[in-house]
Order: sequence, then C-alpha cells, then structure tokens
Amino acid sequence: MTRLKNLSRKMLPWIFLAPLIVMIILFWVTPVGITIFLSFTNVTYKNFVKFVHGIEGAFNYTLENFNKLLGGDPYIREIAMITLLYVGSVLSINAFYSLALSIAIVYFIRNEYLSTLMRVIWLLPRITPAVVYGFLWIWLIAPDSGPLYQLFAAMGIAPQNWLLERPYSQFLMIVVNGYVGASFGMIIYTSAIKSIPEDLIRAAKVDGASDFQIAKSIILPLLKWPMLFVISWQTLSLIASYEQILILWGSYGATRAAGTTVFAIYAWFKAFEMGEYAYGATVSLLLVAIGVVLIFLYFKIFGFHKLMQPSKIEV
Amino acid sequence: MVSVKLNKVSKYFGKVKAVDEVTLYIKDGEFVTLLGPSGCGKTTTLLMIAGIYKPTRGRIYFDDIDVTDIPPKDRNVGMVFQSYALYPHMTVYNNIAFPLKLKKLPKNEIDRKVREVARLLKIDHLLDRKPSQLSGGQQQRVALARALVKEPDVLLLDEPLSNLDALLRVYMRAELKRLQKTLGITAIYVTHDQIEALSMSDRIVVMNEGRIQQIGTPDEIYSKPANTFVASFIGTPPMNLIPCRVTSGKALECPGFKYVFEDEIAEKILKEHNEIYLGIRPEDVLITSKEDSDTEAVILVVEPIGKDLVVTLQLGDEQTIKFLTPSSTKMNPGDKVYLKFRRDRIHLFDKETGRRMEYIIKVGEKE
Repeated sequence: MTRLKNLSRKMLPWIFLAPLIVMIILFWVTPVGITIFLSFTNVTYKNFVKFVHGIEGAFNYTLENFNKLLGGDPYIREIAMITLLYVGSVLSINAFYSLALSIAIVYFIRNEYLSTLMRVIWLLPRITPAVVYGFLWIWLIAPDSGPLYQLFAAMGIAPQNWLLERPYSQFLMIVVNGYVGASFGMIIYTSAIKSIPEDLIRAAKVDGASDFQIAKSIILPLLKWPMLFVISWQTLSLIASYEQILILWGSYGATRAAGTTVFAIYAWFKAFEMGEYAYGATVSLLLVAIGVVLIFLYFKIFGFHKLMQPSKIEV
Repeated sequence: MVSVKLNKVSKYFGKVKAVDEVTLYIKDGEFVTLLGPSGCGKTTTLLMIAGIYKPTRGRIYFDDIDVTDIPPKDRNVGMVFQSYALYPHMTVYNNIAFPLKLKKLPKNEIDRKVREVARLLKIDHLLDRKPSQLSGGQQQRVALARALVKEPDVLLLDEPLSNLDALLRVYMRAELKRLQKTLGITAIYVTHDQIEALSMSDRIVVMNEGRIQQIGTPDEIYSKPANTFVASFIGTPPMNLIPCRVTSGKALECPGFKYVFEDEIAEKILKEHNEIYLGIRPEDVLITSKEDSDTEAVILVVEPIGKDLVVTLQLGDEQTIKFLTPSSTKMNPGDKVYLKFRRDRIHLFDKETGRRMEYIIKVGEKE
C-alpha cells in the first residue's frame, strides 16, 4: 500500500507535466528537429514531392544554405539591419514607452475613468483579431480614400505612399506592431505599480518628494524586475513575429520595396512563397539560435533562483 | 516645534464620514495620542495632519499658519508608519538620507546628520544593510530615524509599535517617550492599544466613528470616562455597565439587587432620569460579608492572569459582571459571593445618550 502511495507520489508531478511535455515535443522539439534536418539539405519546390514520398536520391545533404546565409545572400545584411531596427524600435515602445504610460495612468492621472479609458484604448489592438487590426491600418493609410491620407492632404502635407515609401513604411511597421505590443507591458507594469504599498508613496511624500521625484526615486527602481521581464519576453517574441507585416504587405516583393523584410518573414517567404524550403529552414534556425542564446543570457541576468523567489515588489 | 490646531475638520470618502467635525488643540512639545478601535478615523486624522489627505471641511493650523492647502513636502512633518514603509531598494543609510537629499543639503551635512541620528537610535552599525536584512525592531528604528533626521516640527506616529513583539514593545514605549521629551518635539501618536496610550501620552483623544469621544489626561480618561464608549473601551477588563431603573428618589432597581444612594446629590441627579447605567470597574468590586454587601452573585468563570484572577459573575437572571481579585483568593465556579461596590468609584451614565452623569465628581468634592 505504502509502495503504491510512494509510486503515485512520484508519478503525480509527471502526470501534471505530461500535457506540457507533449506540447513542447510536438510543437517545439519536432519542428526544430525538422528545421535542423532541412537546413542541411537542398529541398526546394522542385524536389519537395519526391522528398515527402521518401523517394531515394530525391535530395542531397549540403552546407550550401549556411554558406548562403553567412555570405552568399546579398540581402542578408539589409535584412539584419531591418530586423535590428524593428526589434529595437518596437521594443522601446513595448518596454519603455509603455512604462512611462503606465506610470502616467496609475500614478499621475488620478481620475479613475480617464485612466480606465486609456487602458482600454491601448488594449483594443490586443483584443482585436490580427487580420481585422491589420486591415484597419490598410484602410487608415489607403491612398485617396484613407482617413489618415486625407487628413495629411487637408493639412497641406504632400500625400505619401505610406505602405511602400521608406522611411514611412518602416515607421508604419514600428507603429502597427508597437501599438499591439504595448498593452502586454502595460498590464505587467500597471499591476506592479499598483502592488507598491501605498505607505511607501505616502512616506516619500512626507519625506518631501514631489510626484516626479516619487516616480523617479521610488516607483522606477521598484519596477526593475517587471522591466527586465518585459524586455526579455518582448525581444524573444519580436524576433519571431511577422504576422502584422505579412497582413500589411503580403508578399516578398512588397516588403522588399517597403524595407520591412525582417528575418522572421524572410524565412516565411523563402519557404512558402519561393519554395526554398531548405534555405527558409536555415534562416529560421538562425532565429532559433538567437532565441536560445538570449534565453540563456536572460536566465543569467535574472538568476534562475531569483526568478523562483516571491514577488520582488513586496516590502 | 509647533502647536497643531484642528478646527472642525471632517473627511468624507463618498458618503462615508471617516472623520466628523474634529476640533483639537495640541500644545507645542506635547505628546498626544489618538486612541480608538479600527475604523474610528484616527489614522485618517493623522494623514490629514501630514497633508496626505485633504480635509473635506475644516482647517488645520501649525502655530498660526493655515497648512490645510500646503502639500506634505512643505509641512516639515516626520512620520512613522505601522508598516515602517522603508524603501526596499535603498540601504539604511540612503533611507535615512532620503529626506535630506530631497532638501538638497550639502553631502557632508547629510552624512553628519544621518550618522548623528543613527547613533541616537543605536543603528549606526546597520547603515550598509538593506531593510530586508533587518529585524522588525531595527526596521522600526530606521523608520524613526528617517522621520527625525529632518528635524520635523511635528512627529506623526501611526501605530509604530504594533508589529513588534510584546517585550520589545514595552521597551520601545519608554524609549519613544524619552526621545520625544529629550527632543521636545510635538508628537501625535495613533494607536488602538490603550496601554500604549495610557503609558505614553500627555493627553489622550478617544475617537469612535469619526468623532472625538473625550480629550483628557490618561488619568481623566480612566477615572472619569465621558461616556459609555470610553468607559467600555478603556480598561482590561473594561468597566462593568449594569442597566438599572431609577425607582424612587435615590434608589435604583438593578438586575438581582436594589441600590440606594445615601446622599442628597444623587437624588438631584437621578430625578431627571429613568433608565441609567451603573458603571463600576472590575477592580472596584470587593468581596465582603452578607451584612455589608450591595448584592450577591454566583461565580461563573475564573480566569487566572498572573497576579490577579478575572472572575465572571452572574447578577440576577441575565446580567454578568467581571471583577478582579488577587490570585490567592479562593474562587470556585458555582459558589455564591457577596459583593460591595466602592462608593466613590461608582459611575453613572444616562442610558439613552450614554453620557456621564456628574455623580462621581460631586462625591469627590464632598469628601
């Protein structure tokens, strides 16, 4: 009986973890395995059917994809720069602008209705289906009929083709993605700010601090951990995200013209638009590698055991 | 140091009257305690003096200066919170230095003042630590140091001792009082602990439901409670309040016994009332012989509390009272005892208003 009890006690955590482990194996380990495998082959749309049916001699093993990625592909440098611009700019909206906004909403705007309204405005893009949100932007900036286009025309500013002309197109890419992502940081920050004990703020007031000094000397330092979390989470998800770019620009040609080809969408286009499956897989592999390196880096910064400790905001 | 004056100060949160028309004058250098149960408005009053809350109505003065609309940072008050409210990301040194840094004092002056106050509070060996590395008592001292370092005009203390263990609390009571007297600082202390209030204060302000019930010295509050609330809030166990009916002239009909006053003054006071409370503190109930007794009672429960026994007695059919007797006394549940109330310690309260009737003062004068 005790033996059975011991066994079930040992099994219990695994039973709880099983669905997650199955998910990770199916949707992370397997795709990564296939990606690694593909990146060492020459599979394209030409030999794809034979490859899928396992016909002998359908493909060769090769390092050509890596050679291409690390030197042969003339666009890689530009794509790296665009990715850096994209991740850096959207991250600064998602992690820093949303921080300033959260402090403003929770601390400076004392009006509950106004701050709720602001929160809802920033949450809207997150709860709107991506396709609807994307098409709303397309409508907003549409030449001739779009409201933004008309507004600029009415103000006497020469109408621009926001979708295709740089740097407007890149600015659009940043704003569209930043607006969606900011709400994530805001949810984390606002709840973190609200969990700062009221007494700390009161003590600082009595000590002689102005509202700005309280924000700078008390609130900001206490948000160190939520900030690190938002930054690391958002970099990881931004590196791999491409859905809004795909919805707005739709094809490789358009993103090339607009200067919005980030690594994630380049991999997608290579594989699914141009049928260069093996090369697409290699580009994705680069993203996986960057992600893994960053995860280790963040764990190093956070310290795994520190992450497992109770909330850092409580006094 | 300043005097503090509250003139008809009220604070409403929506429809809730947290503080209702509080008028209070605190002398320069005085130690005044706001005492009352949770939700009585004492902390709200303190936060209004600090400037954190703005009164809905009424004015607050420091000396003759109206500070009602002045923000906390310009009031020069020091405050110690129940939670201590130390900044968790700063060292003890930086916590104490924070108010001085905000004042933009020169660095060497900040350093001198921080070390001076740290020495005064015996925390000078802890300056490099973070608050999380301190014990409750040490944190409390740091909070006090931070409040004192800027040499405030008024020191506000919001239940500063309630998170300490019992021994340390007794020690810190004396320490706080000594410090306040040495520095000559005006101090306003909020607590729900009557022992703290009685032992530390020059004067006590008893509050309930946002209103002041009584202002007086600890002795006045204890021996002449202004109403049944104060009578039953102060004292452990609190005063017994026995509902009685005035029958004829100076006689009362109480549960299980009749009580007759012997003097004329009682008759004068009683004749305007029908229903009253006869109040008697547990230590003013004496055991006596049958002939000398005011009433008889049955022992229900005996609770030893060290040097005394708290004995619960049944009077008549439903009324219970408590009395204190030295623990050497033999008390057995079920036994019958004869009781006498110390005549000069009887309090009378009007049953309808709960207000004190002036019986005791008159008796005192006569003697």
